[in-house]
Amino acid sequence: MVEVLRDAWLIAKKDLAIEFRTRSAFFSALVFALLGIVIFYFAWDSSAVSAIDLAPGVLWVIFTFSGMLGMHRSFSVEQPDRGIDGLLASPVARESIFLGKALANLVFVVAVQAVAIPSVALFYGLPLGNVWLPLAGIALLAAIGLVSVGTLFSAMAVNTRLAELLLPMLSLPFFVPVVIPAAQATAKLMSGRPVGDAGAWLKLLLAFDIVFVVACTLAYPFTLEE
Amino acid sequence: MTNESGAVVVTANLSRTFGRRKAVDGVTLAVDAGNTLALFGPNGAGKTTLLRVLSGLLKPTSGFARIGDTKLPGGPEIRRRVGVISHHTLLYEALTARENVEFTARLYGVRDFREATERALGRMRILDRAETPVRALSRGLRQRVSIARATVHEPQVILADEPFTGLDILGAAALSDLLNDLRHHGAAVILVTHNVDEGLALATHAAIMDRGRIVVTDETVGLDKQTFADRYRQLVAQDG
Amino acid sequence: MKPTPLSLAAVAAVLVTFVRAIFFTPLEATQGPAQKILYVHAPAAWVAFMAFGLVGLTSVLYLWLKEDRLDRVAESSAEVGVVFTTVVLITGPLWGKPIWGAYWTWDARLTLTLFLWFVYVAYIVLRGAIDDRAMRARYSAVLGILGSLLIPFIHLSVYLFRTLHPQPILMKPSAPSLPGEMLATLLLAFASFTLLYVALLRARYRYAVERDDAHPAEAYDA
Repeated sequence: MVEVLRDAWLIAKKDLAIEFRTRSAFFSALVFALLGIVIFYFAWDSSAVSAIDLAPGVLWVIFTFSGMLGMHRSFSVEQPDRGIDGLLASPVARESIFLGKALANLVFVVAVQAVAIPSVALFYGLPLGNVWLPLAGIALLAAIGLVSVGTLFSAMAVNTRLAELLLPMLSLPFFVPVVIPAAQATAKLMSGRPVGDAGAWLKLLLAFDIVFVVACTLAYPFTLEE
Repeated sequence: MTNESGAVVVTANLSRTFGRRKAVDGVTLAVDAGNTLALFGPNGAGKTTLLRVLSGLLKPTSGFARIGDTKLPGGPEIRRRVGVISHHTLLYEALTARENVEFTARLYGVRDFREATERALGRMRILDRAETPVRALSRGLRQRVSIARATVHEPQVILADEPFTGLDILGAAALSDLLNDLRHHGAAVILVTHNVDEGLALATHAAIMDRGRIVVTDETVGLDKQTFADRYRQLVAQDG
Repeated sequence: MKPTPLSLAAVAAVLVTFVRAIFFTPLEATQGPAQKILYVHAPAAWVAFMAFGLVGLTSVLYLWLKEDRLDRVAESSAEVGVVFTTVVLITGPLWGKPIWGAYWTWDARLTLTLFLWFVYVAYIVLRGAIDDRAMRARYSAVLGILGSLLIPFIHLSVYLFRTLHPQPILMKPSAPSLPGEMLATLLLAFASFTLLYVALLRARYRYAVERDDAHPAEAYDA
């Protein structure tokens, strides 16, 4: 078990080093997120819908799509020189490969969130003062859910003829039970309600995380030929 | 090819099909520790598929294969003992040569991974470019890094698929030295190539594969290389 | 392909059901003729869930046994399930317009059905995007299993979304217990649709067998 996690961390560090060197996916995800915030603003009738009602939806739409950019990169960096064959021919457990990839993706999504959430607060004039900590908690819970499913589907999508086109189609239905609770819980917090009011949503997020982290980790080796 | 006892790589009637096409069709071979089998064959003969089965990346459809005492497809213990030189480099372009090799050493659980990386890069005479990102290296230098990567954990079995591709004279000499050196230290090498001279120079045994089958096997010891090369060219010509 | 006795029987059973539903079953007092769409909508929904349940089951079994037949059953059942889901999604709004006053409402069950449709359409697209037969079987089995795990989560989240939100007052979607005549027709509809599902599944399975025999998968040799 310790070995599985140690190897996962090794692979995650490798992926993050590559991302840090090239920064390609992170910057496009970030620019995408900021553009999304701006475009939503202009598509929005501020006299009809208050910023507090709009912001949670904007945030979670942005996270799903920018997260997908990162997750697609996750297995596509393995493709050009078949780095994935090197990983598969090595003695590391297949679960480590999946967990390492998922961990790097989690860092990616959380980093996008860390920029996008304050940006929404700034652009839409929302005070985050005392809710930022529970909000960060929700963001992390939701990110774990998005990343577990997204990483697995990214591993599958790169090997298909449609490649990156297939990823949104496969993952978006699975993102529904993450985005609904996350957006609803965010809305509760932003409108000044106590965290307890979002309890049911948080439980749902947590349950999703547990079920799908386990299911996807176990499922990944089955996608491989062995 | 006759002495099967103590052989490190053994296959018996090994087959791998894709749909109805038999890429590998009933291959039986044995390579002892300290021997190099040069495997020749025209394009599409099934050499790469055979290596991919032996390296655990593909499952055999039928037949038997073992490395050491472990039957394929085996687990981590068996993969730890094998080194794979693929016709892809298996490298990450954004990382430096050293980072790539060191990452591999750690994947294989090499305890003194820094020293091992240094040694592997040195053997392929690429230490002076160790801090260069792979993206900035030429095809031949990438191949040297790829070979360093494949041998950093001192494998007991080396599966090399066209390892000379892109190498210059210096690189080819380094690879020949390395393969001979590993062999003398008890490794079993399977060397897949089109180039008869290159292959026979390193081989203790030779075989020709065609349409998934081993059609010619011979010990190079006492074998007239010219005859072998002629037979091979004849075969390829028939195919074309 | 020649029609089999099974498929003829299934079509006949569905026709009998329709005739009985239209001409020999009394009108529901408050909803009028619109209520009769229930005899298509409810059994189609039942078949869809059964079909996707079978996809989940055969997917688990495939990963365990690696038996080609299981993959073909999953493939066939998913496709037939998507057809029936489409029927559910069309008949629901047709009924909803006269009764609820709107074609689409984000009713928990209708929303769940919509997402199921997305998941299994993606399943079919995924299958179409892979050439290697064994790989296609593995990938779709994984998606089939995850899809089954997803259903309760979508159900819970749309259910919570509905109950935690004020909704316009609508007639309860769950009909009160039906009088005997209507119940009999509904049960007949369930039976005949199930028969139709089995017939379609078998026909689709036979097609898969013929296709696989005619075009053995040529996979990459890389």
